[in-house]
Amino acid sequence: MTLRQPVGSEIIRQTACDLATKIKSRELSAVEVARAHLDRIAEIDGEIHAFLYVDGERAIASATRVDAKIAAGEEIGPLAGVPLALKDILTYTGAPTTCGSKILEGWLPPYDATVTRRLLDHDLVILGKTNLDEFAMGSSTENSAYGPTRNPWDTDRIPGGSGGGSAAAVAAYEAPLAIGTDTGGSIRQPAAVTGTVGVKPTYGGSSRYGLVALASSLDQPGPCARTVLDAALLHQVIAGHDPCDSTSIDQPVPDVVGAARSADISGMKIGVVSELGGEGYAPGVEQRFSEAAELLASLGAEIIEVSCPHFVYALPAYYLILPAECSSNLAKFDAMRYGLRVGDDGVASAEQVMAMTREAGFGAEVKRRIIIGTYALSSGYYEAYYGQAQKVRTLISRDFDKAFSQVDVLVSPSTPITAFKIGEKVDDPLAMYMNDLCTIPSNLAGNASASFPVGLAPEDGLPVGLQVMAPPLADDRLYRVGAALEAALQSSWGGPLLDRLSELGAGQ
Amino acid sequence: MTVLPYEEALAAYDPVLGLEVHVELNTTSKMFCGCSTVFGAEPNTQVCAVCLGLPGSLPVVNAKAVESAIRIGLALNCTIAEWCRFARKNYFYPDMPKNYQISQYDEPIAYDGWTEVVLDGESYRIDIERAHMEEDTGKSLHVGGVTGRIHGADYSLLDYNRSGVPLIEIVTKPIEGTAAKAPQVARAYVTMLRDLLRALGVSDVRMEQGSLRCDANVSLRPVGTTTFGTRTETKNVNSLRSVERALRYEITRQAAVLTGGGRVVQETRHWHEDSGITTAGRNKETAEDYRYFPEPDLVPIAPSREWVEELRATLPEPPAAKLKRVSTEWGFTDLEMRDVISAGAVNVIEATVDAGASPQAARKWWLTEIARRANEAGVDLSDVGVSPQQVAEIQTLVESGTINDKLARQVFEGVIAGEGSPTEVVTARKLAMVSDENALAAAVDEAINANPDIVNKIKSGKLQATGALIGSVMKQMRGQADAARVRELILEKIG
Repeated sequence: MTLRQPVGSEIIRQTACDLATKIKSRELSAVEVARAHLDRIAEIDGEIHAFLYVDGERAIASATRVDAKIAAGEEIGPLAGVPLALKDILTYTGAPTTCGSKILEGWLPPYDATVTRRLLDHDLVILGKTNLDEFAMGSSTENSAYGPTRNPWDTDRIPGGSGGGSAAAVAAYEAPLAIGTDTGGSIRQPAAVTGTVGVKPTYGGSSRYGLVALASSLDQPGPCARTVLDAALLHQVIAGHDPCDSTSIDQPVPDVVGAARSADISGMKIGVVSELGGEGYAPGVEQRFSEAAELLASLGAEIIEVSCPHFVYALPAYYLILPAECSSNLAKFDAMRYGLRVGDDGVASAEQVMAMTREAGFGAEVKRRIIIGTYALSSGYYEAYYGQAQKVRTLISRDFDKAFSQVDVLVSPSTPITAFKIGEKVDDPLAMYMNDLCTIPSNLAGNASASFPVGLAPEDGLPVGLQVMAPPLADDRLYRVGAALEAALQSSWGGPLLDRLSELGAGQ
Repeated sequence: MTVLPYEEALAAYDPVLGLEVHVELNTTSKMFCGCSTVFGAEPNTQVCAVCLGLPGSLPVVNAKAVESAIRIGLALNCTIAEWCRFARKNYFYPDMPKNYQISQYDEPIAYDGWTEVVLDGESYRIDIERAHMEEDTGKSLHVGGVTGRIHGADYSLLDYNRSGVPLIEIVTKPIEGTAAKAPQVARAYVTMLRDLLRALGVSDVRMEQGSLRCDANVSLRPVGTTTFGTRTETKNVNSLRSVERALRYEITRQAAVLTGGGRVVQETRHWHEDSGITTAGRNKETAEDYRYFPEPDLVPIAPSREWVEELRATLPEPPAAKLKRVSTEWGFTDLEMRDVISAGAVNVIEATVDAGASPQAARKWWLTEIARRANEAGVDLSDVGVSPQQVAEIQTLVESGTINDKLARQVFEGVIAGEGSPTEVVTARKLAMVSDENALAAAVDEAINANPDIVNKIKSGKLQATGALIGSVMKQMRGQADAARVRELILEKIG
């Protein structure tokens, strides 16, 4: 099947920034913008499966309120009336939150996540909840209990994960904006393989309250968009201190919108991480990455090669710290208070019901990580596994500190390879984990990081992403580099990368 | 269950104690959310996303609870950590909403302290291992079945009102060298802690409501040896008296096991108040692995030294030092002081003395009239319903001759019944003694005239017969006369 691509001035093709301007000036109504996106979802989401839940009525009602506010001359947010897709791991009162798992099927959260609350307070229109790997564990959305999401570039391929639903929704013009969450690359890797923009803010930069925890010390919500400025505008809305999240940073949000508008990188020192490249990296990925680095140099940046020797240990450390935390975070899913309950026949004990429910309700990858994490935290093994992994984490942070004393930002490919075929790696968890090789160090160290599209790999015609990493609380630098790249690349391409979708069609 | 007589047990074995006391703090809100901590509300009415552990919710530390923890640590002469973290204790149980408890593990907020208890005039030093912060669990009510425990129950009800209430766990180092007094030392320690925590104002310390809970560990070793024996941990010890009884029982039980050539099993035991025995619970040798790790949802706590010093300045006088001071100030005999301590009356007597009563008068009322009522109601002295200030007021009324000791009992009754202040009760119940000399004289005359036989006896020198005349006068005055003055008048008139 070929997906119909939007053309010209069609509403769904426009950026969030343009839509907001037109809604504010009443050139477009928020209702017609919402309706256009709901129509698009109805038209193509059967094929893409980016959404787990769409509430059109509620979206139209929200849009109607925005139009009324504008008509009444009330103060509105900078993205008022712009539709958005919310990853189904953040709570939104009245909408089911499944986390892509059977164990939470039907659970209606009684409270809004802080991110959700900020979106609503800023008058964004939430269309629905997007698909993800179960509890955000995966790099392809194939681990969703509700079926995989498909990549709009090629519907036989994965859209990345865990936030494949959010990235695909944006790439397929079902929503101009989406919220993702990034624990090891779940915003950046899907952005890379769908040709979109994805940003993981500094850890503590946006609130985790209401984000169903995978690994508390790594999780971070962030923006997904088609343009750098759109991502910055959304970043500005959701970021900032939240007293409900103790790990949230009580500091002003960096001026990400200003950085995205300036796009000036002259004199900036940009480090290329020597450990993130070479063997295991697709030739097209390396080629596009090198070209992008040269482009940055031509725009006035100084390119320096930087070594981060401990990055090679990031993946094994991550796959101990994450399972350890998730084994504890996911203990609450026990059938006692909400969600799935299996085997409660009046005879089985509470422990038996807990065990039967967890057996039936969790998928294979979730169980694998719970088991690994339980083992890693066990007495007698704790030091060798969890303790050792924490030491590696410290060493990785030191690598970053040292690198950032020499350069303003670091760059690397976002992922070693482009989008792979659905089913290709499901039986090989280690191959699947390799997708997050480049993104994981920033989660372990907590610094800001983003993926920007830099072209299509010549060998398969699929999108390649460039990752930018900035020091904690220097999120603005990501946008400065991203916007500079975007402007230069689009002028050489003659338009956004996603325009190439219409030429290529889908299902190649 | 076989037990050895206590004296025999102590002749052969030397007990080593370890006490873990859980204190529920009296903060307005819970440890990690804004829910109320008030005891006794309708089930599941004081809950929110955080203390129900709903997906996505996050804890935020209650600063007041940290302050209380530091003050408790300081009052127990502990070192206050410059930097410490919370940890997750992982285990599955339905009344624990997250299936982990936020606690502290190897980084407690307070550690390496000591305190002192006084028993029968002798002082015992108790070393404190640590005092750490944690959240309470919810409560399970197991319905059906015989034991009231989860196994065999038809169904269980869960109440999460208590879930997330701040707790401080205070753990002693092994307490050695108390020999036969071990159970009493344990009781004295818990009593001292209760008084200390009350003086700090950090907890309601009501054992019957569970705001003070004690787990009593004890092991035995042959007299004269130094290696610790295998310990048991007794739970469900819900009163000061039970602390002593449960340990006494456990010592005699373990002694019987050891004397019989058996081996004490390391386990949790359950105290039964009614039958006065302990029974085996969870076997600790196959204990769960709690998989502690630092709580990633919370940031470390680093109390500044300035704050710690500010809090140190708010500490009340240490209980042992206070005992030494008041026993000198009050001039009680050793025996009197011992009674005061064992009745738990030090603080109320002090407050009564502060309100103006003499130490002897304060002691008399608290250890007789009020103690009797406390025993009848099964409550603490401070919960009988009469305040130290009211006791001092009653004593003033006695000393001014408005009432006598006998009438004072009626005043206590009225105050406790909520009829108002002692003076108001005296007025309302018309208890004031007749101080009108004419009325008194008239009554004395009437008694003399009505009892010529008695008068003659007195005249013949049998002064003890005066009592009968006094009684007659008092009856006429409905008790509201000063007996001493009546006696004076009678002897004046006859003599």
